[in-house]
Amino acid sequence: MKIVVCIKQVPDTKGGVKFNPDGTLDRAAMLAIMNPDDKAGLEAALRLKDQYGAEVTVLTMGLPKATDVLREAIAMGADKGILVTDRVLGGADTWATSTTIAGAIRNLEYDLIITGRQAIDGDTAQVGPQIAEHLGIPVISYAQDIKVEGDKVIVQRQYDDRYHVLEAQMPCLITALSELNDPRYMTPGGIFDACKAEITTWGRADLKDVEDCNLGLAGSPTKIAKASDKVRKGAGEKIVPDSPEDAVAYIVGKFKEKHII
Amino acid sequence: MDFTLSKEHEMARTLFKEFAEKEVKPLAQEVDETEVFPRGTVEKMAKYGFLGIPVPKEYGGQGCDPLTYAMCVEELSKVCGTTGVIVSAHTSLCIDPIMTYGTEEQKQKYVVPLAKGEKLGAFGLTEPGAGTDAQGQQTKAVLDGDEWVLNGSKCFITNGKEADVYIIIAVTGKVEKRGRMQKEISAFIVEKGTPGFSFGTKENKMGIRGSSTYELIFTDCRIPKENLLGQKGKGFAIAMHTLDGGRIGIAAQALGIAEGALETTIAYVKERKQFGRSIGQFQNTQFVLADLATKVEAAQMLVYKAAMAKATQKVYSVEAAKAKLFAAEVAMEVTTKCVQLHGGYGYIREYDVERMMRDAKITEIYEGTSEVQRMVISGALLK
Repeated sequence: MKIVVCIKQVPDTKGGVKFNPDGTLDRAAMLAIMNPDDKAGLEAALRLKDQYGAEVTVLTMGLPKATDVLREAIAMGADKGILVTDRVLGGADTWATSTTIAGAIRNLEYDLIITGRQAIDGDTAQVGPQIAEHLGIPVISYAQDIKVEGDKVIVQRQYDDRYHVLEAQMPCLITALSELNDPRYMTPGGIFDACKAEITTWGRADLKDVEDCNLGLAGSPTKIAKASDKVRKGAGEKIVPDSPEDAVAYIVGKFKEKHII
Repeated sequence: MDFTLSKEHEMARTLFKEFAEKEVKPLAQEVDETEVFPRGTVEKMAKYGFLGIPVPKEYGGQGCDPLTYAMCVEELSKVCGTTGVIVSAHTSLCIDPIMTYGTEEQKQKYVVPLAKGEKLGAFGLTEPGAGTDAQGQQTKAVLDGDEWVLNGSKCFITNGKEADVYIIIAVTGKVEKRGRMQKEISAFIVEKGTPGFSFGTKENKMGIRGSSTYELIFTDCRIPKENLLGQKGKGFAIAMHTLDGGRIGIAAQALGIAEGALETTIAYVKERKQFGRSIGQFQNTQFVLADLATKVEAAQMLVYKAAMAKATQKVYSVEAAKAKLFAAEVAMEVTTKCVQLHGGYGYIREYDVERMMRDAKITEIYEGTSEVQRMVISGALLK
């Protein structure tokens, strides 16, 4: 089995988000890490490798510094790393990103593509499903459990209060949740090997079946007007009324208190 | 001269730090309080190769260098001195002498499972009457047919009851040296479960309380002839060379304890308020922290230099002795002053610095006291 895992290097938001005066992310001031959902996707791929035997290729699009997450993935057990980097690809939104990644994946043989659900720096959850659309393959998003049976995958797709069990013919794409698993650590020997490993680097010319008008900033229909840190909401109030009538009376009382009604 | 760490070492530090924070730190207080050997942590470390870091891959190890190993002990010790010494004794005192002096058969039989972490190692040199005076050994090994018969005891043995493979130093006869009769000392590999090999009392220690420190007792313990490690009569040299490497591990442990105490204290002085301001705003606190941070960094330089020397030099006794002497004394000073900066809270078990100060003390004592390190260093200066 051949598995491609798409990963992204993102700023670590654990210590808070830092912005430049112009409102863009101050990436230099924040630690760069492998996006948590992507790491869970990589772990899922490595478990399939452990269980069934597989070749795991990790692919990322970004600046040359993004090779750090490829090496981390190799130190965890991935077999190959591919970096897609080119000045003309910079400033891409989800559309241009998914177009680029699909163009890179067209060069590869694969049975399964795993991406994270969403990146903590953008939180769109669009790139994974868009890649599947570009490649014309099925997608199962929000995977909380993945099994392989023959040439099919059986995936539990998470919902707020339940999960769906879906089956899909491979090749297909799965988007993984960080809750899917507890990713393994690197090993010291894996790190030494990963630092010696050759990382394949592809640029615009290596992308297959893509048009320039769909790439980079120019090919991005999304324009970001402003970015800001999320405003933390209070914990809220939870009450357990004795009856529906009490609940209604409580809510109406609150509305009146706040002059809503 | 470049003080920048390589990409490999940077990534390795990230790994060890993350592992220590997630897997080791949450248990540190309990391990200390209950004196329970952290078996679960050892199994996790085995899974990720932490028990064979400097061992070549063909012998089941990770194929990394001594610096990576020292960084592992350092990061583990930052949060738990017990966990640091478990790795250090196993790697430096048991695997290293077999890798250095063992036959190919011994390496295959013992180093491979030790490096994979399937087995744990220990080292027995110290006896009730032979600590710094290692020549005062009483444990005897007598060849009887195809077996060595061991009689005697070893004390203060780290990983004592938890280990599977032990390097044991014993007297195998007498030899004339410069006109005087001296004990002939040899080294042996002894497996747990060998008839005649049992455990005595468990030591109730001041610090590193989870590290399983036991007395080992040998009563007509018969081991195969081929379990002699290195040449007969070379045991003292093997022990001393082993301790040179061990001292780098303990120096890394001491460094880690010092760094851990300093980090914890920096966070504390920013939060603790007296007279309406955080105590970190008082110049006394600032100057103490400045001195401690400077000494910790100096200790790190010596420890890393010694680790690099082990990778590139045949003899590194002086580098190892300087690293251990300095790092251990820094650890003691830093933890003591960090307890002081914590005030009354620093004396309470709930606060990590209290444990760190107790853990630090042993680094000035085991694998050669600070006085022994001074003997090694001055011996090289005056020879």
